[in-house]
Amino acid sequence: MEHLVPTDDELIAEIRQGKAEALETLVSRYETRVYNLAYKMLGNQQDAEDVLQDTFLNVVRSLDSFKSRSSFSTWLYRVATNAALTRLRQRTRRDKSESEFLDEVYSIKDAAHAESRMVDWSDRPAQQLLDDEAKRVMEEAIDELPEIYRVVFVLRDVQGLPAAEVAEVLGLSVPAVKSRLHRARLFLRNRLSDYFTVGAE
Amino acid sequence: MDCREILEGLSEYIDNELADKTCREIEEHLKDCYNCQVVVNTLRQTVILYREVPDDEIPGDVSMRLHKIIKLTGGND
Repeated sequence: MEHLVPTDDELIAEIRQGKAEALETLVSRYETRVYNLAYKMLGNQQDAEDVLQDTFLNVVRSLDSFKSRSSFSTWLYRVATNAALTRLRQRTRRDKSESEFLDEVYSIKDAAHAESRMVDWSDRPAQQLLDDEAKRVMEEAIDELPEIYRVVFVLRDVQGLPAAEVAEVLGLSVPAVKSRLHRARLFLRNRLSDYFTVGAE
Repeated sequence: MDCREILEGLSEYIDNELADKTCREIEEHLKDCYNCQVVVNTLRQTVILYREVPDDEIPGDVSMRLHKIIKLTGGND
């Protein structure tokens, strides 16, 4: 045998020949990533599970139309992202409006100009920065991002996709991805700064 | 470059995606601007923290239900 681990394309070819185990393997390979993407986008387990199931059912249904023009994982991320956005839009909860969000993002511009010295919390010990309460604050902060910023941040910084692949998944230009990413990061930095510097001034 | 211009390029700066010349301009500014240094440090740390939180394992029952549904659908196609 040349290699023990089949590639995605080899698995897809086997699935098309009706081999059920190949489908099992492909689902096992990506289920954790899709679940985490959905969980970060939706913020709760039930919605994440629904998105996970919708995603793979869609994949099974449309596998015949999948052409290897982009990689399978890029295509899967696109299906999963669309499923997550659809679910997000079914909610009644109102997202922060874009202008409220941008006001908060750029409040830092004035802070950077302020006379008072900002607090640098970046060199605190890792166990303090990543304790359970800090993780909860991080999750809540993602949940506050308007969806067009959240989806870019989750794909790029949480899932670790290159900016060009995020652009392909979302049908955006690379500069648009970078600009949204930057604003999302500034917003999250503000939130974490609020949390880590309480009582520090 | 003033603080506002610096701020716009900081994500590309920490991702090492800026031209050398722009990087040098930013570093020149950072030498004398404490607040911008804080923004760079804490922005970089924010990105690192989000990257460092490990993926949650998919809960066993969620995975089981997914595989069951896929098996049923795959069999019908």
